[in-house]
Amino acid sequence: MPRQLQTAFAILYAGVLYGFIFLPVVVLVLFSFQDGTLPVPPLHGLTLHWYGEIFADRKLMAALGNSLLVAVISSAVACLLGFLAAYAFARYRLPASNLQRALIVAPMTVSTLIIALGLLSVFSRLDIQLSLWTVGAGHVVINLPLCFAIIYASMGAHQINIERAARDLGARDWQVMLLVTAPMLMPSILAAFFLSVTFSWDEFIIAFLLSRFDVTLPVEIWSMLRSGLDPKTNAIGSVVFLMSVVLLFMLELIVLRKSGKPS
Amino acid sequence: MTADVSIRNATKDFGSFRALNDVSLEISAGEFIVLLGPSGCGKTTLLSILGGFLEPTSGTVLIGGRDMTHVAAARRPTTTMFQDYALFPHMSLLDNVGFGLRMRGLARSERHRKALAHLDLVGLRMSASRKPHELSGGQRQRVALARALAVDPDVLLLDEPLGALDLKLRRQMQDELKAIQRRVGTTFVHVTHDQEEAMAIADRIVVMNQGRIEDIGLPTDIYMRPRSLFSAGFMGEANFLPARIIGAADGEVRVETALGEVLLPAAAFAAAVPPAGGRITLCIRPEHFRPAGGAEASVALGRASIIDSAFFGGHHRCHLRPEAAPDMILTAHLPQTAQPRTGDLIDLAVAAASVVALAEAPASTQGDPQ
Amino acid sequence: MTVTPLERAEQRKAWGFALPALVWTTAFFLFPFAYMAAISLWTRSGGKIVATWTLDNYAAFFGKSHLLKALLNSLEVTAIVTVISILLAYPLAWIIAERVPKRWQRMALIMAILPFWTSYVVRSYSWLLVLSKGGVVNQTLIWAGLVAEPLQLSASRTGTVIGFVHFFVMLLTLTIYANLVQLSPNYRRAAADLGASGLQTFRHVILPLTLPGIMVGAFLTFVLCIGDYITPQILGGNNELLLPQVIMLQLGRRADFPMAAALSLVLMAVVTLAYLFCARWLKMERT
Repeated sequence: MPRQLQTAFAILYAGVLYGFIFLPVVVLVLFSFQDGTLPVPPLHGLTLHWYGEIFADRKLMAALGNSLLVAVISSAVACLLGFLAAYAFARYRLPASNLQRALIVAPMTVSTLIIALGLLSVFSRLDIQLSLWTVGAGHVVINLPLCFAIIYASMGAHQINIERAARDLGARDWQVMLLVTAPMLMPSILAAFFLSVTFSWDEFIIAFLLSRFDVTLPVEIWSMLRSGLDPKTNAIGSVVFLMSVVLLFMLELIVLRKSGKPS
Repeated sequence: MTADVSIRNATKDFGSFRALNDVSLEISAGEFIVLLGPSGCGKTTLLSILGGFLEPTSGTVLIGGRDMTHVAAARRPTTTMFQDYALFPHMSLLDNVGFGLRMRGLARSERHRKALAHLDLVGLRMSASRKPHELSGGQRQRVALARALAVDPDVLLLDEPLGALDLKLRRQMQDELKAIQRRVGTTFVHVTHDQEEAMAIADRIVVMNQGRIEDIGLPTDIYMRPRSLFSAGFMGEANFLPARIIGAADGEVRVETALGEVLLPAAAFAAAVPPAGGRITLCIRPEHFRPAGGAEASVALGRASIIDSAFFGGHHRCHLRPEAAPDMILTAHLPQTAQPRTGDLIDLAVAAASVVALAEAPASTQGDPQ
Repeated sequence: MTVTPLERAEQRKAWGFALPALVWTTAFFLFPFAYMAAISLWTRSGGKIVATWTLDNYAAFFGKSHLLKALLNSLEVTAIVTVISILLAYPLAWIIAERVPKRWQRMALIMAILPFWTSYVVRSYSWLLVLSKGGVVNQTLIWAGLVAEPLQLSASRTGTVIGFVHFFVMLLTLTIYANLVQLSPNYRRAAADLGASGLQTFRHVILPLTLPGIMVGAFLTFVLCIGDYITPQILGGNNELLLPQVIMLQLGRRADFPMAAALSLVLMAVVTLAYLFCARWLKMERT
């Protein structure tokens, strides 16, 4: 094949695939502005009506708040536990550390449906009321392996002398950790945090099975789906997508840009 | 501040490997001590034991007369300057140098004043607000020094601090280290594998090998009058000449070598003169060879032919084959002005006072200088 | 080796740091999982779980055709999705890695996986908008005169597969691209130098070298696909149920916890088998 034909073919192929990848998102966002009650063609006109609708919807806004709350708190806990554990395994020698590390990352390899079912059976057996707390506990379970793995991978041997120097100059353990180790690893801690927030923000199964009265946004959207196609669902879906993208760009800007600098 | 250091019978095992083998060492307050040896000789292990990063398997460490063997690094009157500098990458130079003072609860203004004074000491006052990654290797090294000195330690431990610098900068930093040490008066314990660096800065050198101390003394003594074959070979090039005692009389010792019989002063012996028949090794530095018939009391070693030579600026470095022992190859430095040619015959002699006789058989017949 | 006093104190600290994570994972993952495994061997009587040990739930799984059928459906759908996704994603990853200028590659990749970050629920709903009877695709086809009646795209296996393929094409593009860019261009030069044609180079050099990346992606696809409830529930309709849907049915309508637990363990066993099958390549990736 001549090179020009190859290039044309490559452009065509990439174009079709990008089209396929973006088709649902474009349709979602486009028909969130539909001036009508059905988010399917033809497009009758553009309106912000449905956005007004969702921001006026108390339940939906409560769910959005819940989602943010659960995402931020569970990610913070996962980051803290992950950081401490990574510190222990990177800086000290513990017996059977391979096995312990395997235990901490194990939830990453198990379907969230199974994690949720296990927690549900234990909570119901112990008569623990389902709430945002139980959802958060579940989200820590799925995010802890991720945070641990990211932070553990960024703890190199070259930082050991830096921590030693701090200790040598009189810093106590908590001071070494707070003033030296954590600031030094901030890019990867932030990366773990934002990634974790993104996952928690989108997670459905655990949030669905482990919540009762207060629900997170994906669960609320799920219950909206029962009423079929609705431009209002498009609007809230677009907002969710936008927030995920914002989180991603924050990750890209704050974390990845920073870690590219020489240190 | 400053303090003396006393290491008594320190041994350190890592599993079945003995990194440090029953080492005892007395360091006086204000001294600049250099621990010198090849990698794996135990010098860094000894430094880590002084700094509190390792505990000895047995033995004790006293600093300023107090037992520090099991005291954590943070509570010792020592600070360490690390090989990779270990500067805090997220802090400015001012905060780096002020860190130890902050840990000691000093108020911010006082801390900054002292940190600035120490940055001034190493000539980096103007860069106080910069971050470590903006500095060159030599500058980072100075910050590390300032940071370690800012808390006013009794003993400063330096772990190959000049290892990462290029040769020219290294020579310059050696002078600065020495000058700063004189100014602050702190006891310095400095680890290196570079014998020139050791000679340039040390009050006393401690030569280590295989977990043991081979030799301790002034740089000139270690070089001119080494007390072990290892020490002699590590400090610089040396010819090792196996010999046997014939007899001693009137402060002179007659020995037999492959190059003939030689009469040495008893002072050439580092230890007591062994009895007749005892095997010894004569150690001769290449620059100690003299043209025969010189004014000093000299020892004639017969004639030798030049195998090859190379010009080093200050001298010609020549390999020689003695006529009396054609299997042997000697290394000699001939004067700048000499014009050695392969095949030339020269009369070998050496000043009697510069020969060192060691009561050890060499591992191989030829010296293996660094 | 003797333990010195300082070392012992250090060890205690290390446990202090590791313990919170270990306790959390044990309490909220390991223990619930073990409890669920136990429940799967118990039975249900009068709406309550009774702790009598039995293999009835597993026997029922293999005995009742609709449960076994759900597993087979899941395996079929997952296999179809994995194969189609790899076939679609590989050329895209190749084009991004080889044809897009270096400075635009990162952007091209971010764009290719951007919708990856829409939430599960929203993404499936979006496909419903596209695939439903009155949706974009059917309206376009009818308008173009290609079909007279709208096609049954949603509420069918086709819908489920399209929804899944969309997600996993993005995932696989990412893993395959990561593998392609780390290949030294010298491999291709060496192969060309030795007389291999472009196709031969791909077949004998590039493909074997990117196989680990493909296998990692395929394994991830398999695991995430076979355990997903949302996509088939929204896009698949009720004609054909997949295993996660059946598990959720046990929980909801029938409140049969032991049965749901047993089915979950079957699901987990299938994933473990897939892991063992892929382990060879997954390990290679790590070294």
